[in-house]
Amino acid sequence: MTTTTPEAAVPNPPGSTPLLEVRDLVTHFRSPRGLVQAVNGVSFSLQRGRTLGIVGESGSGKSVLSRSIMGLNPRSTSIRSGQVVFEGRDISDLDDSAFRELWGKQMSMVFQDPMTSLNPVMRVGRQITESLRHHLDMDRDQAKQTAIELLRAVRIPEPERRLRAYPHEMSGGMRQRVVIAIALACGPKLLMADEPTTALDVTVQAQVLDLLDEQRRDRFMGMILVTHDLGVVANHADEIAVMYAGRIVEKAPTSVLFHHMKMPYTQALLRAIPRIEMPSHTRLDAIGGRPPDLVNPPAGCAFSPRCPYAQERCFVDAPALQVDPADPSHSFACHFPLESPDQVPPAKPMEVA
Amino acid sequence: MTAPSSDSQPAAATPVPEAPHAAGTKKRLGIGAWLCMGWLGLMIVIAVIGPWLGLDTSSNFELKGQPPFWNGHILGGDGLGRDLFNQIILATRASIFVSFSAIIIGTVVGGFLGLISGYFRNRFAGALGSVFDILLAYPPIVLALTLVSVFASDPSGSGFQREMVVIISLAIVSVPILARITRANTLVWADREFVHAAEAMGASKWRILFREILPNVVPAMLAFSMLGIAVAIVAEAALSVLAVGLKADTPSWGNIISTGRDDLASSPNIVFSAVAVLFLTVLSLNYLGDVIRAHFDVKEAAL
Repeated sequence: MTTTTPEAAVPNPPGSTPLLEVRDLVTHFRSPRGLVQAVNGVSFSLQRGRTLGIVGESGSGKSVLSRSIMGLNPRSTSIRSGQVVFEGRDISDLDDSAFRELWGKQMSMVFQDPMTSLNPVMRVGRQITESLRHHLDMDRDQAKQTAIELLRAVRIPEPERRLRAYPHEMSGGMRQRVVIAIALACGPKLLMADEPTTALDVTVQAQVLDLLDEQRRDRFMGMILVTHDLGVVANHADEIAVMYAGRIVEKAPTSVLFHHMKMPYTQALLRAIPRIEMPSHTRLDAIGGRPPDLVNPPAGCAFSPRCPYAQERCFVDAPALQVDPADPSHSFACHFPLESPDQVPPAKPMEVA
Repeated sequence: MTAPSSDSQPAAATPVPEAPHAAGTKKRLGIGAWLCMGWLGLMIVIAVIGPWLGLDTSSNFELKGQPPFWNGHILGGDGLGRDLFNQIILATRASIFVSFSAIIIGTVVGGFLGLISGYFRNRFAGALGSVFDILLAYPPIVLALTLVSVFASDPSGSGFQREMVVIISLAIVSVPILARITRANTLVWADREFVHAAEAMGASKWRILFREILPNVVPAMLAFSMLGIAVAIVAEAALSVLAVGLKADTPSWGNIISTGRDDLASSPNIVFSAVAVLFLTVLSLNYLGDVIRAHFDVKEAAL
């Protein structure tokens, strides 16, 4: 499980500015039902060359978080506060035209569904060269050569021919490679991957993740990998942040997280993944109940209504994200973390939905 | 290429003949489409060269209302004793020119407004949508009638001025319809992930609108414009019948039908000849509109 990737040794001299620093980021949406508190005070930082995995179930705010960082949420309906510092520069209050200088060149995004994230009536080649010519002022030939290099880098066979293909002539995995090539085109320093493999075949998933990993290493990018699958981040992230109801509820380096899980929610997420050593037809421990309503989040800990270990205090008093006294790299938001003496064994077994 | 192919696609080893779906892109047009194109091509050629052929338009009292093939006149004579075949040839110019111009203007203006109102989410775009709805609430022929009567209040204007008035009026009538079609299509495409992806790559709004969205919307617009031209030809004829179309001395299919009505009982060939040409042209346009939509529908071909 431990992924001591070689670049863990990359010197990050103390005091150097991280690539990305998010401080107390809040994103709320106005909706007819009221304010949707999609992201509620999230802070983390990311160094170049590292991968942060953001995990959570649907509706936990992970996609909104990644879009908020990039400033891609619609301005008219969203309210945001907090700071996003990119390479030492506060970008939280930039307008669209200033962001346009960053998008593509400094930070870019790989979207979830390769079926819809390519323009169906444009040849693949032009979709790649367009931003090259626009952002990097390349001429036609340079852009074409670069596009061929990019397609080769993402392991598309016969890149010269594929430039002239339309998206519908490619398989899902191929399309996702093209999407990655487009995102990489202008050499961004930060790559957001929003569920990059959810729409793909399981066999292709691993290849695409390896590819992302490799490109991040080669290009020394910071990467944020958003997923609902703990298994995905286990092998591909240096650090993992678990999100629930718009907050980070546990954050730790990957190996620490898996060995010393503190948050019952993280444990529940892990239990919901089938394991190879389980006999077939074992019923999975699904997490009972449903994600909290983000318009009226529950008082106290947001997970308390579904938590098997919840005690009275959990229902009234929301725990803050605290640093594990035993390990400063590990923080969690729980009054009664796993492995702690105060914890009461589950009164009810985890109910199965 | 030496890299192990990772996809289900048979990779570099075998030179893939085009791509699996290439067969779809080479689909045949079919004889019907070619016939329609031939007819329309002929009409356009006639429209362009017709006035330069030096056709005989003199009135001959004996020819008045004669049946087809009378004395070498293929379609006979019209109500004023002119050769009907020559009249229809000459009329092609006005009919084609007026309908094509009106719809081209309507498509460009309506398409542009439709794109804007479908893509931008601001008050102006919302207001545009309401304006289209209001214009659509008028029956088109009544709206065209009103516009022509308002613009062409001066009866002494030249035939060309009158043509312009009819073109502008028909264009105005077609704008909200085309804008509506374009807007609906734009709304569908504007929320696709590739549009968000283009945004995340730093493309400007206008660039996205014209390079990402417009190419996807064009087939629907084009198919509808084809129908629109057909409707415009008929509308021009209808205006002529109502005596507010082109000037009576400008030959057009509509004018021939309108004047031929007086002799419908004695010599129906006048009206029928013009209607037949009109019918074939409208049919060709409609059919081609359909073919275009199906032919360029990448998604339909892919799935």
